[in-house]
Order: sequence, then structure tokens, then C-alpha cells
Amino acid sequence: MSGGTPFIVLVAILGGALRVSTPFMFVALGECLTEKSGRVNLGLEGTLVLGAMSAYAVSYHTGSPWLGVLAAGCAGSALGAMHGFICKLPRVNDVAIGIAMMLFGTGIAFFFGKAYIQPTAPRLGSIMLGDWTGNPQLATALQINPLMIVGILVAIAMWWAFANTRWGLIVRMSGDSAPSAMAMGVSVDLVRFLATTAGGFLAGVGGAFLSLYYPGSWNQGLSSGQGLMAVALVIFARWNPLRCVAAAFLFGATGAIGPALQSVGITQGYYFFNAAPYILTLFIMIASAGSSKAGRDVPGELSIIK
Amino acid sequence: MTEASGFVEVASAETFRRDMSIRLRRSAEYICIPLLALTMSALLFSVFLLAIGKSPVEFFQLVARGGFGTAFSIQNTLQRAAPLILTGLAVAIPARIGLIMIGGEGALVLGGFASAAIAIPMIDHVPPIPTLLVMAIAGAATGALWVGLAGALRHYRGVNETISTLLLTYIGIAIMNFFVEGSLRDLTNPNKPSTKPIGDAYMIGKIPGTDVHWGLAIGIVLAIALQILMTRTTFGFAARVTGGNARAALAQGLPVGRLIVICTSIAGVCAGLAGFFEVAAIQGRANASLAAGYGFTGILVSFLARHNPIAIIFVAILFGGIVASGGLIQRRMDLPDATVLLLQGLTFVVLLVSETLYGRFEIFKVKTNGERT
Repeated sequence: MSGGTPFIVLVAILGGALRVSTPFMFVALGECLTEKSGRVNLGLEGTLVLGAMSAYAVSYHTGSPWLGVLAAGCAGSALGAMHGFICKLPRVNDVAIGIAMMLFGTGIAFFFGKAYIQPTAPRLGSIMLGDWTGNPQLATALQINPLMIVGILVAIAMWWAFANTRWGLIVRMSGDSAPSAMAMGVSVDLVRFLATTAGGFLAGVGGAFLSLYYPGSWNQGLSSGQGLMAVALVIFARWNPLRCVAAAFLFGATGAIGPALQSVGITQGYYFFNAAPYILTLFIMIASAGSSKAGRDVPGELSIIK
Repeated sequence: MTEASGFVEVASAETFRRDMSIRLRRSAEYICIPLLALTMSALLFSVFLLAIGKSPVEFFQLVARGGFGTAFSIQNTLQRAAPLILTGLAVAIPARIGLIMIGGEGALVLGGFASAAIAIPMIDHVPPIPTLLVMAIAGAATGALWVGLAGALRHYRGVNETISTLLLTYIGIAIMNFFVEGSLRDLTNPNKPSTKPIGDAYMIGKIPGTDVHWGLAIGIVLAIALQILMTRTTFGFAARVTGGNARAALAQGLPVGRLIVICTSIAGVCAGLAGFFEVAAIQGRANASLAAGYGFTGILVSFLARHNPIAIIFVAILFGGIVASGGLIQRRMDLPDATVLLLQGLTFVVLLVSETLYGRFEIFKVKTNGERT
């Protein structure tokens, strides 16, 4: 073992970042798509939890974790579609609806999830990327899940589509200026409805990762604010899917500090390090809310930024 | 001369009657639509219960019995309504100034923790009444700081208050866990990490003749005081103007930043006091049980009451009853404990959908005949 304790901690943080970042990435990509169309979905925390529960339940009953991932996506789209539909009604506040959907999604998940806390469902496999190093710790750290690769591919596809396709243009225009989109004959409500539904699908898949890979079981404390942090992460990433991926890794690494230090016996301040991602999010929000770059990149119709 | 003054009298009587009619119609709308939303969500929940093969009749009977059926259950309900009034106010006051703040849970937990922590060195050295007073002040001040911080960040840095308050909730719970499992842990209690108990002699008493603690009385008094503050004072008027249109308020020269920080701090005081009462009247110590979800239910309470402090008292009692009957429902109907959470989430969604109904019903419409109202 070369390097001693600092090396072990760094490797553990790297491995943790790779493991923890995927749900952030999916939720952030979903939120990015929704916000690009000019609407905010604060309910993705509920979507994440419901996705985790449905993935676990379907995987348990069918024996196929990938069917679970699909089910999680469908459950997420259902919540997204509900959000999208309700926000279309006049005089309805999308931030308040988000809070309500957060409670509602968590409520459904906990209600039906009670039966699945005990049993063990088949989990997703992983890809060994680090076997060539010959270092067992690095090899463990570099175990990654296929969903992470899917997430990165989705991010690249979204980034390309926003810039180069007609659909991307329509979504961006609905987000930047609803009147001009309407003048083009685009139904802004429909675009936002579809973007929220698709965003819900991605967030649901992020939930599937939580219950089927890491931490890899279903319980009520599975997600504690990841869905919400991802919303802040999108602001930090300035609505760019590629930057969302990078930001997700940063968040994953921050979340991994506590467990990594614990693995080498440093337990002092464990709760402080547990809170590190929230504190980081808050600081990032303080820093990015006032920045002129964020002011330039923000979709014009978005209500969440002043 | 006499004719003219007679005309003025008739006109003012007419104006008065019209004003009353407008106010009545408006309040009728504000009461009827939330009631309709409540009925709708009860119906939807009944359909859901039928779909999973449970009896909705039994469910609502159990809510009625477990929440309001006996003298004991009514007192249990009021016991739970007390923190809900306070956390409801913690959402309502910022809402009046146009902010959606959902950090009541964090301010409750930290406020409760602060009051438990400050009591530790005072126990056995200082008599109970001053100790409780110091505890209440510590709880309220911590809450004010916590929520006021989110208000200040909102105004001075443009940080979205909904996200920041929820983040601060997670941070607040982590801070409490850090101390409760670390330096302030009561080592004589191996079961659950807690601070040292404040002891029976230092617990705040019950309202005489009842089994309900003083938090209910304080909650009701605060609700009435805040209703007066928001509707009958210059401060409340300025706050409501800011809530209606912040830019117009700035143009009028109103101190928007100060108004926001004061309103959010008031919200924090309410939530922090809820935490103080949970510690001083129920738990006797600070531990993870403080994060029981009162802060989140308070959001729904405030929205259902349309952010009206007086209405919050009644809605809080209703939801106190639903929360109180949760255990009975769980046992008798074999439903998971998340049933109440699901019902709350459903009610919240239906309630927000009902917002779209305002101004759509002919019966509530005020006939203006082209005149200024």
C-alpha cells in the first residue's frame, strides 16, 4: 500500500464521489431540462424517494433490477406529469406545488414502501474499471455503475440537443421568452408539461440508483435532501448539462468526506461532515445567486431567481 | 343644506353596506374554497382507501374518535396543535411578505436544542421559573437567527428562500446530532443519544384543569397578536405592501430589507418557541424526536389557513387531531404510519389546485357597476 492514510482517504473520497454523485447527476439533469423550459420543479425530492421505492419493489417482484429502473422512471414521469399539469392551471404557484409534490411523493413512497424495508431485492451490477491497477483499494473505488455512464451520455446528448436541434431550440425558447415561443406557434404549456414529465423520469432513475446500487437498500431515510440539493446544483451549473455532471461529482466528493474519514478511524466531527453537502450547497447558492454569469445564463421565464 | 347632508348620509350608509357585502363575499370565498378542497381530498383519499381494500368510513370514524372523540383525545389533539400553530405561523408571516419559507422544522429542532443546552448548567442552581424564561428566550433567539438568516440572504444576496430554508433545516438537525451524540450527550442514557434531562421540577406545567401544556395558550396569544400586527399596524401594512409588490414597496421608500428580516425573524421566534415547548413540556430533553415533522405539517396548516393567523389556530387543531389519531389508525386498520403523511400530501396538492378556482364562481363576484371599489 503506497502512501498511507492520506492516500486511503483520497481514494475513498474518489470512490465515494463516483458512487454518490450519480443520483445528484440524474436529478440535476432532470431539473435542468425542466428549468430550461421555464418551470421549476421543487418536488424532485419526492420523485427521488418514490423512484427509489418503486425500483426496489419492482426489482424484488420481477427479479430484474433494470425493470426496476424503468419502473422508477415511469413513477417519476407520473409525478412530473402531475406537476406539469397542475402548474398549467391559472393562479397556481409552481414553487408551492413543488413543496406539495415533495410531501405527496414521499407520502406515497413511505406508504407503499413499508412492505419492502425487510426483503432484499436483486441489485444492479457494477463495472470494474480499476482491475488493471493491481491495487485492491483503487479497484474497489473505481467500481462504477452502468447508470453513471448512462447519465453522462444523457448529459452529453442534452447538451448537444439544446444547441443543435429544433427540439432544443423550442425548449430553450419556452424558457427564455414565452411570448416569442407562442408567436412561433409553439404551445409553451405543452413544452413545459413534456419537459417536466421527462425531468421526472430522470429524477426517478436517480432514485433507482439509491435503492438498487448505493446505499443499495430501501428505507425511509434513503434520500435526505439530495433531490433538493440538485435544484441548487443546477443554478450552480448555470443550466448547462455538462457542468451539471461536474457539479454532481463535486457534491458527491463532499458527501464522501465523512465516510472516508470514518473508514480510517477519524470519527470526530462525523455529523459535521455529514452536513458538509448542505453547507456547500448553501455557500454555492450565496456565491452563484449574486454572480453576473448566472444572471446571464438563467432562462428568462424562471421564477426561482429574482 | 339639509338636503345635501341627508344625501351624504344616505351615500355613506350605502357605501358601508356595499363594503360589508364585498368583505362578506370575499371571506366567504376564502372559506368555501379551502373547505371544498378539504372535502375533495377526503373524497379522493376515500377512493384510494377503497382501492386498497380498506374502509374509508372506518378511517374517518377513527380520525373523529382518535382526534376529537373523548376528553382525553381532545387534550391529546390540543397538545399536538400547539406546535402546529407555532410552525404554521412560521410559514404564514413570511408568506405575507411574499416569501415561501419551509424551514420551520430546522428552527424548531435548533430552538429546542438551544433551550435544552442552556438549561444544563442552570439545573439545580437557578429556580425553575427563571430557567424556563432563559430557555424560552434561547429557543426563540436561535429560531429567529436561523430563519432571519435565510431572510437576510434572500434580500441581500438573492438566495432563493425556499431552498435555503430547507437546507438550513438539514444543517440544523446535523448540528443538534453533532452535540447530542458528542459533547452534550447524556452518558447515563444508553438508549437514545440525548442531552441531559431537565428534570420534572423544571418542566413547564399544564394549563390548570387540563392536560394541555402552556404552548397552546402561547400559540393562540401569538396568533392573535400577529394578526393584529399584520392587519392593524403600519408595520403590517408595509409588510403586506412588500408582499404584494416588492418593487413598488421599494419605490415607495419602504425599508424592504428590514421588513423582510423582521418578518422572517418573527417566523423563527415562533418555530423556536415550538421547539422550546417540545423540550420543556413534552420531551424533557433534546434528541432526534424533536424532528417529528411538525415543521412540515405547519406548511400545510398555513397554506390551508391562507396564511391568516386566526384561521391557523383552527386548522392546526384539525391537523393536530389527524396527527393524534395516527396511532389508532395504524393499530386498528393495519395501515402504515405514513398514512397521515400521504393524506397531508394529497390535501396539499388538492388545496393548491383549488387556488385556480378563485374568482371563477359567480356567487362570490362583487358587482362593481363600473365604479371604483
